[in-house]
Amino acid sequence: MTITAKTLKLGNNINTDVIIPGRYLESIDPEELGRHALEGLDPTFPNKAKEGVILVAGKNFGCGSSREQAPIALKSAGVRCIIAESFARIFFRNAINIGLPALECEGISRTTSEGDTLSVDLANGIVANKTTGTVMRATPTPQFILKLIEEGGLIPHVRALVERS
Amino acid sequence: MNIFEKILARASGKREVTPGDIVEANIDMAMIHDLTGPLTLDSFKKIGASKVWDPNRIVIIFDHLIPASTIRAATHQKNLREFAREQGIRSLYDIGQGGVCHQVFHERGYARPGELIVGADSHTCTYGALGAFATGIGSTEMAAVFTTGKMWFKVPKVIKICVRGKLRKYTTPKDLILKIIGDLGEGGAIYKGLEFTGQTFKEMSIDGRLTVCNMVVEAGAKAGIVPPDNKTITYVRARTRGTFKPVLSDEGARYENVLEYDVTGFQPLVACPPTVDNVRPASELQNVSIDQVFIGSCTNGRMEDLRLAASILKGRRINEGVRMIISPASQEIYKECLREGLLRIFTEAGAVVTNATCGPCLGGHMGLLAPGEVCISTSNRNFVGRMGSPQSKVYLANPATAAASGVTGHITDPNELRRR
Repeated sequence: MTITAKTLKLGNNINTDVIIPGRYLESIDPEELGRHALEGLDPTFPNKAKEGVILVAGKNFGCGSSREQAPIALKSAGVRCIIAESFARIFFRNAINIGLPALECEGISRTTSEGDTLSVDLANGIVANKTTGTVMRATPTPQFILKLIEEGGLIPHVRALVERS
Repeated sequence: MNIFEKILARASGKREVTPGDIVEANIDMAMIHDLTGPLTLDSFKKIGASKVWDPNRIVIIFDHLIPASTIRAATHQKNLREFAREQGIRSLYDIGQGGVCHQVFHERGYARPGELIVGADSHTCTYGALGAFATGIGSTEMAAVFTTGKMWFKVPKVIKICVRGKLRKYTTPKDLILKIIGDLGEGGAIYKGLEFTGQTFKEMSIDGRLTVCNMVVEAGAKAGIVPPDNKTITYVRARTRGTFKPVLSDEGARYENVLEYDVTGFQPLVACPPTVDNVRPASELQNVSIDQVFIGSCTNGRMEDLRLAASILKGRRINEGVRMIISPASQEIYKECLREGLLRIFTEAGAVVTNATCGPCLGGHMGLLAPGEVCISTSNRNFVGRMGSPQSKVYLANPATAAASGVTGHITDPNELRRR
């Protein structure tokens, strides 16, 4: 599975309150959530992301609350993959569970500029920057997580388990 | 093995586990609330399972938007009630019966030493104060747990934090955990476990231990545990019908790192916006004027916290132009405040006492902030827009500091107030 798209860049410690504020959490509608993605930081984000982007971020991306609305909002706004120096653990699991690929890649925020085109090979954990020609190696994604992403997230995976039993 | 490894090994049926191992573990207890529950139900429906794995291991607590603040919130709560009825889940705490989930869950005896607990809320780590491995998960993950009773875990590396010295009257467990988060940094303990030991923790009340473990997620930690002792056993025994087996770390257990603290001479601290690790002494922030005070939340809305706030507010009035919102963390605590005369002290000081709710802490309802406003809060997050407008600011402090600041109208070290 390879994802190619232009990047949008964010800094360190982007928290889930900024990604989707508490007052929107009574919504579970992806479209509605997507309209408010990252509103606290940049109200124009949904407009910038709508063509499909790869988000490049610093350390501790998605820290804070367990709200699954955070990765849902980003995915719905157009984010196809997130590459960060590191992730907060609940956000990481939530992203994978809803089928939004998330990769850890040390140094990515240093070597990538906003607007660069990246090509991400998930299975091999290789991030190729088509704009600069640099190639970086991300922390390899364990096989069972790759499978989860390929299946479209945790719901289809567990549904298959239920159907088999 | 350390406590974290022992609990994960037991729950996954293994004799031994080491950090980095990925295990599939059986979940002992699972909790959802009115804000993460609706998405859990949605995912559960999409999975297509007809029955939850064990209705006796699921707890549903309404606390975020209660009493229902909108028609949508009311509808979610109605759906959760129906789901509980259909599935035979008896442990549903509706308004007037429970309160903030991270108080109600252990107050009603669902948190037991040695158990593996997941909650669809990041502050589920609170129950580590009672010797459980407890961690927050998302809603879809919870729907999978509801279906299978299992979840994968990566065995964490553990940092041991040894603390000695006596905390003083106005320097509380909140100040200790703020200090630790300030040192570790916002993401300093990502994926890790924190084990809290030493004389200070032995002497600390259960309320205080709950405050400390509540905030470990603010440093990114997966869980924080205070080794269970007689205090823990007494607290849990009085509340649970179930049996439990406390677990302690072995002599020579492995730790990634050991940190030592001496709290002697510690001052009341404040986490300044917009990150929880931005910690400074309260005494250095006297020039920060405030509009609102919030005393409550799963961090500091317990009896010990409210007694401390009352000791400041007794016979005093809050400053003109300052609003104070006090939310006891549970209906039980509310009743105890009534018995001890705290509600009278709060209301006579000019505070609004709400029902037990998370409302203001997450900018949900009951006291959102307008652009340009400043709040000092006993809660756990000071992120941009956390309590309302992205142009508002939140400072985090202990209940004495929050109450004293309400009296003066600016951030105040409670020790300074006493001297006046």
